[in-house]
Amino acid sequence: MFASFMTNAWLVGTVVALLAGATGFFVVMRGSSFAAHAVPNGAFAGAAGATLVGVAPLIGLVSFSVLAALGIGASRRHRSDVATAMALVGMLALGAAFLSLSAAYEPQVEALLFGEILGVSSSQLAPVLAIAAACFVALAVMYRPLLLQAAAPDLAAARGLNATTLEMGFMLTLALGASLTVPVVGALLSFSLTVGPPAAARLLTRRPATALALSMGLSLATLWVALAAAYQSDLPVGFFVGTLSALLYVVVRLATRRRGAGA
Amino acid sequence: MLHWLVEPGLWSNSAVHLGAAVGVVVAAVSAWVGLFTVLRAQSFAGHALADVAMAGGAGAGLLAWPALVGFVTGSLAGAGAMELIGVERLRQRDVATGVVLGAATGLSALFLYLVSLDSSSSGATQVILFGSLFSVSAHVLWLVLVACALLAVGVAAIGRPLLFSSVSPEAAGARGVRVARVSLSFTAVMAVTVGLSAIVLGAVLSTALLIGPPAAALRLGRGLRATGLAAAAFGTGAVLAGVVASYDSYYWWPSHRALPVSFCVVTVIVLELAAVSAVRALARRRGDG
Repeated sequence: MFASFMTNAWLVGTVVALLAGATGFFVVMRGSSFAAHAVPNGAFAGAAGATLVGVAPLIGLVSFSVLAALGIGASRRHRSDVATAMALVGMLALGAAFLSLSAAYEPQVEALLFGEILGVSSSQLAPVLAIAAACFVALAVMYRPLLLQAAAPDLAAARGLNATTLEMGFMLTLALGASLTVPVVGALLSFSLTVGPPAAARLLTRRPATALALSMGLSLATLWVALAAAYQSDLPVGFFVGTLSALLYVVVRLATRRRGAGA
Repeated sequence: MLHWLVEPGLWSNSAVHLGAAVGVVVAAVSAWVGLFTVLRAQSFAGHALADVAMAGGAGAGLLAWPALVGFVTGSLAGAGAMELIGVERLRQRDVATGVVLGAATGLSALFLYLVSLDSSSSGATQVILFGSLFSVSAHVLWLVLVACALLAVGVAAIGRPLLFSSVSPEAAGARGVRVARVSLSFTAVMAVTVGLSAIVLGAVLSTALLIGPPAAALRLGRGLRATGLAAAAFGTGAVLAGVVASYDSYYWWPSHRALPVSFCVVTVIVLELAAVSAVRALARRRGDG
């Protein structure tokens, strides 16, 4: 399980899980799950496009997910759910067209959508770590403004916080994070880690800082267990990531409800 | 003129006819149901149902059932799960939808992986995710027609309370409309609709038919009936234009790799929405000046 070819998987998986837990905390707090689900699909289209044109996947991943994030962020003011849905299907359709034009094999489609953590090569490590570091710095800078805006939007506006700038900043961080998680856990599943563990963490505590730490911890635990289970059972990592994240939330929901009823 | 638009053989190809027929019927129903989805701001739920339909379709592939059965049962089960987790508080709807969606994609990953182990089923992933309208069989058309007729009856039965509670839940509740029951029935209707659109565009893209045409029609700012008709026209128009474009695209490149139908349909829908938005923006600017 800790063989040399698994080292990269553990390393990148750890970074991805910590980042997903941190971004997910804000996603759940802001109620922007749909956007968090849509943006990684931009990364999917980008990776597929890069395969077709023959450039480095990372270029496609970053440029397309940033494009998707900016599109959703720009239309945030009116009817965001429609714009998000259209960006989502537009990007997915584009990705499907790129893949069919480049006659990519089925495994490639599955890898992009459902992830291929064992395929992380050592040359990918440096860019992944650099992007992750940038995302963590961005989240640390935006931590207080984002909290204030979620808790008291009027107060935030009175303090001179620009809601649009903040929204764009957060969406860009989401996009950068997605371009990192998509090759590892896939476009569809990078979302599971972003919503399950943070939602569970939020049920467990009311303090923002504790919830953030707990969210990262739970996300990390989910990914580690999923990796180990996938290694032992020879089933896809994505299956374990997706179902364990959901299971975690449901178990915590049931447990906290009982405690709430007893108190 | 037509000769320039349409490549040879389109009119005599029975697979194209069948696909177009299924697509048109589903697009019309999807546009009508989607009108309420957009009014109720439930795009995320609609899309989550599509992802659960994907798990159902993949599971059906594993059991060698027809995909349509898997899509519809999958999304109905997803609708039930979403109601179970998220029904208590509106604030939790976003998270509940997300959790069900995440679990569904996990299951899809498992099912598609197991399907792919069976070497005879190559291409199953693409068909379930992105659809293949030209390979639907004739009996699917009949199934789709029956299901669409049932949906039409269902929407007609809850039509007035549904519209009332979509526009103003509080007022509807005060007038004695059972908002929760109406909402539950609508989720079921939406689940079946999404399952049907999954046959046309594939599971993950079916959201385009549900949201795009009604959103474009609503931006025209007409009455309900006109909006419904416009939505159906946008939806069926997109399917027909997409079918023709996909068929033609085989001749566009020397490599003879056709563009997928679902990509063409989604592109037309996005263009329709963009065109309507642009026209409205122009009209508004003229009104100001």
